[in-house]
Parts: sequence; structure tokens; C-alpha cells
Amino acid sequence: MTLATTTTGWTREKAAEVIAEHRNLDGPALPILHALQETFGHVPDDAVPLLAEALNLSRADVHGIISFYHDFRHAPAGRHVVKVCRAEACQSMGGHALAEGLLHRLGLQWGGTTGDGQVTIEPVYCLGLCATAPAALVDGRPVGRLNREKLDAVVNEVRNDWSHTGRVGA
Amino acid sequence: MAVTRIFIPRDVAALAVGADDVARAVTAQAATLGAEVALVRTGSRGMFWLEPMVEVETAQGRIAYGPVEPSDVPGLFAAGWLEGASHRLRVGRPEDHPFLAAQTRLTFARCGIVDPLSVADYKAGGGYRGLVKAIELGGAATVEAVTKSGLRGRGGAGFPTGIKWKTVRDAAADQKYIICNADEGDSGTFADRMILEGDPFCLIEGMTIAGLAVGATKGFIYSRSEYPHANATMAAALQVARAEGLLGRGILGSDVEFHLELRVGAGAYVCGEETALLESLEGKRGMVRAKPPLPALKGLFGRPTVVNNLLSLATIPVIMDQGAQFYADFGMGRSRGTMPIQLAGNILHGGLFETAFGLTLGEIVMEIGGGTASRRPVRAVQAGGPLGAYLPPSQFDTLYDYEAFAARDALIGHGGLVVFDDTVDMAHMARFAMEFCAEESCGKCTPCRIGSTRGAEVVDRILAGKDVAANITLLEDLCNTMKFGSLCALGGFTPYPVLSAIKHFPEDFHGRRLPVAAE
Ligand SMILES: Cc1cc2nc3c(=O)[nH]c(=O)nc-3n(C[C@H](O)[C@H](O)[C@H](O)COP(=O)(O)O)c2cc1C
Ligand code: SF4
Ligand code: FES
Repeated sequence: MTLATTTTGWTREKAAEVIAEHRNLDGPALPILHALQETFGHVPDDAVPLLAEALNLSRADVHGIISFYHDFRHAPAGRHVVKVCRAEACQSMGGHALAEGLLHRLGLQWGGTTGDGQVTIEPVYCLGLCATAPAALVDGRPVGRLNREKLDAVVNEVRNDWSHTGRVGA
Repeated sequence: MAVTRIFIPRDVAALAVGADDVARAVTAQAATLGAEVALVRTGSRGMFWLEPMVEVETAQGRIAYGPVEPSDVPGLFAAGWLEGASHRLRVGRPEDHPFLAAQTRLTFARCGIVDPLSVADYKAGGGYRGLVKAIELGGAATVEAVTKSGLRGRGGAGFPTGIKWKTVRDAAADQKYIICNADEGDSGTFADRMILEGDPFCLIEGMTIAGLAVGATKGFIYSRSEYPHANATMAAALQVARAEGLLGRGILGSDVEFHLELRVGAGAYVCGEETALLESLEGKRGMVRAKPPLPALKGLFGRPTVVNNLLSLATIPVIMDQGAQFYADFGMGRSRGTMPIQLAGNILHGGLFETAFGLTLGEIVMEIGGGTASRRPVRAVQAGGPLGAYLPPSQFDTLYDYEAFAARDALIGHGGLVVFDDTVDMAHMARFAMEFCAEESCGKCTPCRIGSTRGAEVVDRILAGKDVAANITLLEDLCNTMKFGSLCALGGFTPYPVLSAIKHFPEDFHGRRLPVAAE
């Protein structure tokens, strides 16, 4: 589960602690990467050598794993993350135009962050909210039956929220 | 007066339309009025157009009201909803609602009714009777029962579950595994999610039975990061199960041992493919493995492994409890039992409809689903997720059955149906299918990795009205290459939505003109 906000600044010690917490699992790579991203808001490049050592892999292997998965960020996102569903059921309810309109109004591309560093808009392919489409996750909070007014309202709400913690996944 | 129980879903789709706000309004209004109420947060009954749907426990049974907005709450109290009084939003007893009354709920028997984290509720609803039976029968007879039930994998391919289990049971190994594939990445599907959120013990029991049946003491649930709420409920259920002796050693006082962990993917659709899932669980890139060897023989960490879809596993308890024949008596032909159909997209009555196989597609979409939400004509229905075909209304006579769909070059897949009205642009949907494949390809084979990108470009040329006939031929060629040259169904099935769009909606491809053509 990825959280929307940066919670802790990078320290080697903290990263080592997070890695140690999960390394005894069978196949610990993904749980560790999720935990690092939850802790630091992204998976810092500085974590790669630590992971390589813990998992007994080369740095290139670790990089290959991180880059394969859409979830892992190697740089921080905005303070708030809005994941807008682009999949078919949401499209059938006008989700495509809705998302394009939002990006246009914010002057962003998919994955982009507003100039004030407040909001990142990310694509997501299905949230399982397909019967209450179109849908989005706003800092982990689900919103369905979206229309332009509702989407703008939730985006503006988080855009005006300067607290560092924000709302996170359930 | 006694305390009145009020049931409000905390299913994420109900939350997405305001269930938490309604719960707060109910608590606040009850406090204001001094009414004694106790809130129970449930999963969803799966009538999403009525969410947030609130049920009140009355002398006449549970009476539902929906869709409830926070501003409706004072009026509902004033009207006397604690006694089940009439109100503009009154639905009545959910069981009597035509949408639910027409269903056969076996896998979803408790979903939306029980407190998902209450073992007492689960057992009161028939939970753990299946495991008790399986313990009595032993592993071999349990596998036999699952085979006899005719249950086929609900994850897409429809492979007989009993046969898969027997292969794992007969394999000799120091360790075997049960994996629940809960990666549910298909658009239009949410049944796995609803069980994770609404009846997690059903999955835990099903996996425990699977472990007993094949001799596996360890299991993993591989879910997805797009489902944070479902994962939180499942994680909590696992803790409860461990604390109550329903996982670990000596389950239900027997010598059954089963340990279960929840793992969460990281936003890669292809990790729903079973061998990519295994790679991902092992901590690698989710690259598809060539088969053979089958995961049943060489799966997780090289050990014999059952990989089953969540619905397949969650259906095991009722099969063991009620008997193989009971289950097999539902359905038609080689499609036995019930299928949780998921109605989604532009549909009036979106939701979960569990029914025996054999209705027609038209009955499901038009009668049960009520047609489109926009009240415009239905133009296309995509069945079986992003790799599934688009069907036009002229094919609404297709029976909902694995073979009948296959005969029409379509798939049932995980049971999702996404409805589109007449404003849909099918060339755009074909382009999206290619784009999705390009985005999600694991990269192992060229037709899928490169072909999908080329496919999107070709559709772009068609959309721009350039050499349309030649480009359609090129697109069809490309689809054939992908179909026959891909290692897994991501590349192999992307042609289904693309080719079905061209075949059934040619006017969306041929009528294209360059906007500046007259110049
Ligand atoms: C690209 C791709 C994605 C898949 N996604 C899922 C999925 O999300 N859930 C699932 O159960 N099966 C999925 N499958 C099918 C699995 O590979 C596998 O057949 C299934 O989990 C077996 O379980 P079952 O026999 O119970 O259906 C997918 C297959 C492919 C090719
Ligand atoms: S078809 Fe695509 S996803 Fe499947 S193995 Fe080949 S490259 Fe990977
Ligand atoms: S398609 Fe958007 S939530 Fe499923």
C-alpha cells in the first residue's frame, strides 16, 4: 500500500531498520519496497545498495525489480496523490473526458505534480469501484460517481491542505 | 427501548459514495434524539445503485433504505425507520428486492449481512461447517468432492479446480503452497474485493480446506495495492483468525496446520497471471514463466502450488458443507454451479449478481441490469475484462456459459460485464486495449511488447482517416501475430477486444475522415 505523503526524511539507519523488519519473510522484496515507500514516500536511490546486500542481489537486479512495478517512485510525489481510474468501466461513464479535463485545468500530464508541489495526478487501472464509476482515490480515500464539480472539489480540497501528513490509505 | 442495530456498509464502493458520512450522521442524530442504536459496519449486498444502503433491524426483519445521503438521516428518524416505517428511500427487506430475490447466493451468502470481522457471525451463517466436513472426509475425499462439484476456476481460464488440486496432492514434496490469486485487475470486476471486505473468513476457510486437501501447510493471498481498504480488512481478519485458533496448528481441535499471509502487489496487471504472480511473490520482476512446468508441480519456490482465484477458493466452503452434488445441480453443460456476475460501467443496476450459469447476456444486461444508466441505447458490452471481447446487442442471445461465449469468440473471464451506451467510440476502445497491453506487458515476447505499441499507432492512423482499409488489414495482421506468438494471454488475448470492435462496429473505423481533408 502506498501512502500519499512523505512521512520521514531519509536516513540510512531508518532504512536499515525497515529492511530488517521484513527480511525474514519468504520473498521479502515487495514487502520491503512497500515499507520503504510508506516510510519515505518513495524508494530513494540510496536504498538500492542496502537492499541489494539484504537480498543478496546485484544493484542492477534491485533496480530492475523497482522499475518493473508501477507503484514504486524513485522521487517524492506531491504532498497529495490523486489516482484517477482510466479503465473501461470508468470510461463508459465519461471518465476519459473527465480525467483529460482535470489534467488540462491543472496544466499537467499523467504523473505530473502541480507547481506548488501539492497534488500529483496518477493514472490507475481499476479500483474495483466500477459499479460506482467514474472513480478515484484521493490520498487513499475513495470517491465514486464523479463528475466535473465533484472531482474539482476533492482536488481543490487536498490542494488547499498544507499539512504534511494528509489522509493516508486505510 | 432496546438497542436497535443499524447496518451500514464499509465496502469501499459504499465509502466512495459517502457511507462514512452517513454513519456519522446516524450516530449524531441518534445522540440528539437519545435513541439507542448500535452501528454494525458490513460489506455490501452488491446493489451499488442503492449505496449507501442502510439496514435497520426491526420486528419485520432487516429493512433497507437507500441511497441515503447524510441530509436524509433526520427525516428517516422522524419517519420512524427504527420501526421500519415507510419513507421515500425505503427499499424493504433486501431479500425481497427483485435484484436479490432472483439470485442464488452460494459464494456470496453472507456478504453484506455479517460483520466481516466477527467469527461468531461467520459461524452463525454456516461458516466452518465445510472445514469440519473436510476434516471428517480427509484430503483425498475432499479433492474428490471438489472434482465432482464441477467447479471451474473463476479467474478466467475455467480450468477444473479438482483436477488442479489432485495434481498438487499427488506431487511429493517437503512443502506445498496454496495461493489465492486476488489480483483482480480487470476493469468491471470487484467480486474478489467484496469478499475480502465483506466475508474474509470464507476465503480463510476455503484456503484451509485446500491446504488440508493437498497437504499444504502454508498459503499466501496475493492482493493488489489498488485495494487498500480490502487489504486492511483482510489483514485484520487474519489476526482474528490466528487469535481464535482458526489458523496455525490444531485448527478446530484437529491436526490440521495452516499458516496464511497477505501479500500486496505493486500496480502491475500482469502479476495476475499465475506464473508472473509467483515471480512477484518470490520478490522478482513479475515476468511470465514458460509452462511447463506447471505451477501445480513446480510453483512457488519450486514447490507444488495450488494457484486459484479468490472466488474459486471462497466457493469451497459451501461445496464441502452442502455437498458436491448440490453445487453441481446448478448451471448448464460443463459450466456448473453459480457465477458471481459483476455488472458495471454505464448500467442502471450496477452490482453483484450471483446466479447459475445459463441466462442470456441480454437478460443479464437489460432485465437484471436495467439497461444503461444514461438511459440511452446499449451499444456494446465488454465481457471478461480488458482482454475480453466487445459484444453488440445483436449477440444478446448468447448464453452465459464458458463454451457458449467461446463459440462467439468471447470470454466470461472473471465475470465482469462493462456496459457502454451509443456515445462510445469503438475505435478509441480498440486503441485503449492496445495501449493497456503496451503499458502492462511484462516484456518477455516481442509480439506483445512491440506489437501493442505498433497496434496503438495503427489505430491512431485509422482515427486520423489515413489509408483506412490498408491500416485495418495491418491491424488484423498484427492481432494474429499477437494471438499466436505470445506466451501468455496478455498479448494473446488483447486481439479479442480489438478484433471484436472492428468486426461488430466497423462504422467506427471506416467512416473516419481527416479533419482537414477538404483543404
Ligand atoms: C494477464 C493475465 C492476468 C490475469 N489476472 C488474473 C487475476 O487478476 N486473477 C485471477 O484469479 N486470475 C488471473 N489470471 C488467470 C491466472 O493466470 C490463473 O489462470 C488463475 O489464477 C487460476 O485460478 P483459477 O483456476 O481458480 O481460475 C490472469 C491471467 C493473465 C494472462
Ligand atoms: S504475452 Fe506479454 S505479458 Fe505475456 S509473457 Fe509475453 S510479453 Fe509478457
Ligand atoms: S474501471 Fe474504474 S474503478 Fe473499475
